Amino acid sequence: MNVVNYIGMEHMRKDIPAFKAGDTLKVHVKITEGDKQRIQVFQGVCIKRHNDGVGSTFTVRKVSNGVGVERIFPLHAPTIDKVELLMVGRVRRAKLYYLRKLQGKAARIREKRTY
Amino acid sequence: MIQGILGKKLGMTQVFAADGHRIAVTVVEAGPCTVLQKKTAATDGYNALQLGFGTKKMHRVGKPMVGHFKKADSGAFDHLREIKAENIDDYNVGDEINCASVFAAGDVVDVTGTSKGKGFQGVIKRWGFSGGRKTHGSKFHRAPGAIGASAWPAKVFKGKKMPGQMGNEKVTLQNLEIVEVRAGENLILVKGAIPGARQGLVMIRKGVKA
Repeated sequence: MNVVNYIGMEHMRKDIPAFKAGDTLKVHVKITEGDKQRIQVFQGVCIKRHNDGVGSTFTVRKVSNGVGVERIFPLHAPTIDKVELLMVGRVRRAKLYYLRKLQGKAARIREKRTY
Repeated sequence: MIQGILGKKLGMTQVFAADGHRIAVTVVEAGPCTVLQKKTAATDGYNALQLGFGTKKMHRVGKPMVGHFKKADSGAFDHLREIKAENIDDYNVGDEINCASVFAAGDVVDVTGTSKGKGFQGVIKRWGFSGGRKTHGSKFHRAPGAIGASAWPAKVFKGKKMPGQMGNEKVTLQNLEIVEVRAGENLILVKGAIPGARQGLVMIRKGVKA
């Protein structure tokens, strides 16, 4: 294998669940303040996955007090404690940028039903 | 101690630091290099080692170089470079030098390579000139403009920025940090970008300002 990819793969995590754009996630992030470490939870809809080996990222969007907040997380970062997959969404796009223009009920995503 | 080593740029990736932040690194296949000649203060006026890197078939080498390679008796090499060394008596012709014996993680180094060639370029790409407006009747787009007035200075100053060959020249980046050294695989991970294209020859030396 290509040596450069191989070095990246050593830093990749295998404990992150499989998820796609449209899924609702709960991301537990480790935050270090001085010598103390605590966990912060960020819950929202994944609107984008950027697949690039060890450099992969995903964007989670939530609406907080009426203000849209998006956070981009490195998928393989050791600062991510865990990712919980709360709901698999039914969407027809890979990048859900259209959610930024929608509010309230229109911004909901239906759950994907598996039979 | 020899002050550096030769290598081949393989490409870039990223690694995570202990505190979780991302570090962009360039992967360099560094060494093993073979000592082909010793230059001593007594005979040459300075202490250095000539290193060979990248194996090559002996029958593809010209006769004068065959004789030179035979002294080390370890095959032929694509690239020969001299690198300064202290305590030159510790080395013999034919010795193999590995990256781990020269560098360790955390070292500050200078990396020399040949930059990517851009060909013959105008002043906008080569020197960052602004150029003129494209519309509204302008007839001045990407030209360099005046290069010297007629009465004074009545000449073009030396070093005036003009169109010409861009890139494909020797470039040294100083004060780069070594993130990791992998002795078994002969790999060095250097923080950030280094000059040149992938597969290009690079010389990693101890930082002169470190």
